[in-house]
Amino acid sequence: MNLHEYQSKRVFGRYGIPVPSGEVATTPGEVREIAIRFGRPVVVKSQVLVGGRGKAGGIKLAKNPDEAEQHADDILGMTIKGLTVKKVLVDPAADIRKEIYLGAVLDRASRRVTLMASSEGGIDIEEVAAKTPDKIVKVAAHPFLGLKPHQARILADGIGLPKDLTNDFIKIAQSLYQVFVSNDASLAEINPLVITGENKLLALDGKISVDDNALYRHPELVEMRDPDEEDASEREARRYGLSYIHLDGEIGCMVNGAGLAMATMDIVKLYGGEPANFLDIGGGAQADKVAAALRIILSDRRVKAVLINIFGGITRCDEVARGVLEAIGTLDVRVPFVVRLVGTNEEEGRRILAEANLITGVSLADAAQKAVAAAKGELQ
Amino acid sequence: MSILVGKHTRLVVQGITGREGAFHTKQMIDYGTPVVGGVTPGKGGEWAFGNVPVFDTVRDAVSATGANTSIIFVPARFAADAIIEAADAGIDLVVCITEGIPVMDMVLVRAFLDSTHTRLIGPNCPGLITPDEAKVGIIPGHIMTKGNVGLVSRSGTLTYEVVYALTARGIGQTTAVGIGGDPINGTSFLDVLQMFEQDPETEQVILIGEIGGTDEQMAAEYIANKMTKPVTGFIAGQTAPPGRRMGHAGAIISGGEGTAAEKIAALIQAGAKVARHPDEIADLVASNLH
Repeated sequence: MNLHEYQSKRVFGRYGIPVPSGEVATTPGEVREIAIRFGRPVVVKSQVLVGGRGKAGGIKLAKNPDEAEQHADDILGMTIKGLTVKKVLVDPAADIRKEIYLGAVLDRASRRVTLMASSEGGIDIEEVAAKTPDKIVKVAAHPFLGLKPHQARILADGIGLPKDLTNDFIKIAQSLYQVFVSNDASLAEINPLVITGENKLLALDGKISVDDNALYRHPELVEMRDPDEEDASEREARRYGLSYIHLDGEIGCMVNGAGLAMATMDIVKLYGGEPANFLDIGGGAQADKVAAALRIILSDRRVKAVLINIFGGITRCDEVARGVLEAIGTLDVRVPFVVRLVGTNEEEGRRILAEANLITGVSLADAAQKAVAAAKGELQ
Repeated sequence: MSILVGKHTRLVVQGITGREGAFHTKQMIDYGTPVVGGVTPGKGGEWAFGNVPVFDTVRDAVSATGANTSIIFVPARFAADAIIEAADAGIDLVVCITEGIPVMDMVLVRAFLDSTHTRLIGPNCPGLITPDEAKVGIIPGHIMTKGNVGLVSRSGTLTYEVVYALTARGIGQTTAVGIGGDPINGTSFLDVLQMFEQDPETEQVILIGEIGGTDEQMAAEYIANKMTKPVTGFIAGQTAPPGRRMGHAGAIISGGEGTAAEKIAALIQAGAKVARHPDEIADLVASNLH
């Protein structure tokens, strides 16, 4: 789950990281009021969960309240990479002398939270990493010790930060580490962290992504979730505990296990089809979950055939079969189903499905080829 | 011979009275795995399946039964503590089936385990099985056959798929190991390859990877420099869009890193054969036999 810029900066603020005293608005009138209250130039910033807002015209500087209202009128309702802007953040404009980057991620290879800093702030850090990797300085925090001051100092020195700001920087870096760990983040970044005209550090923009598996212990973050982050079918799938990602193809896939689901998509493509989705019903799915999965797949009008590939371990083939029957009984099914069931309770599963008269596949390759043929109308 | 589990295994099941724990304990017993005890806090003193004693803690289970291996079926929010409890009780091998453990929990768990002698397999894994000896996990036993192919995988059901194809061709296995689909786990591809390389019964190895991370690339380096036995690889997720988690918490292409293409290239470069789809894996393994 991703937090908006304004949400991320509020979290930063709570951990003592200096952030602008911005306010959120949903109408141009409110933006005008806020600009009057600040009594100085402001920046009107669209709040959507995509990158490249600035380039898309979603971030604008206003010298006075009239201009702020006008910019808000332009930005609210505009579409950036498919997402409609519903909120703007109004920040007092900062006097920027230098932009730097400071981010925390989990490094999988070392299994540690790693802080990265760069003198090249304000731009995409992945671009910096690809083009000038020597401009990024990294330190890894031991999980039992946290980020120690000397590590933050290595970052400060590494990016050539003026010495008189080192102590403030150390506090910010340690706070960012705390933000990451305490909120179960998978990413926490300040980009840019700026040096202002008054020679102070200020977190001008920020981003936090949270580990979905840890949301149960962060109810305050769950409340911040923007439902527009996912499309409607993905939201519905999450409600049932299904792992679903909508794609652009014509063959709906229902599989148990993420690896097998990916391999099923890959083999559909190998035999000349395009997968309509990734869908893992998870381990031990009950019939109602299976039925929900099929309802979500069939709600995509582009789907011309459904490929069900189940290899039962913790998942029982009889439960899946009951779910398939339930779905067929309650939904208006207009496309062919190709089914392959192997593993735990497979005989019982096949017996349940025998009466439904579906196309069956003996191997994954066989089932995938039949699904591709069925989608083309070559198989009934 | 085999690796990690076998005739020496004395298994305790953490979460033995839960729905999944009970179902799979029955399957493990039926397979012939020595299940010596179970743990469910508050149910110590009861019996499961007639003759399996249930304990309140892993420590009690170990002192009463001499268990050396544990398997965990407890819910995600209690699983990190369950792993640590098993290590504290001196268990040698902990297999964690549970999916959905917060990553930061695993950062701490793994750092703690590195200070003990305990090895963790998983989490978010199907466990492992040595045919005719011990099944510690949820891999369906009937698809396995004793033989000389070692298998290691990040994916559960994809492992079943491949084992099934091997058995259908009469190609048996030494041990199949599911290391799990989380970004931080207890045992890596590299760890398991080293064990298979040492195991006299294992003649060749199958490695089933997926997008995300660099574990396969590290395995490829070992294959290129140290491994004498042939390796057949498969990488799932060639059609996965970048930036999206494909079910497994660890299956994500981020910052252009962790793509199927780069992993396949690394394996081929290392001298492994790489299959285009799961059914082809058995073909490539068979071609190594002649």
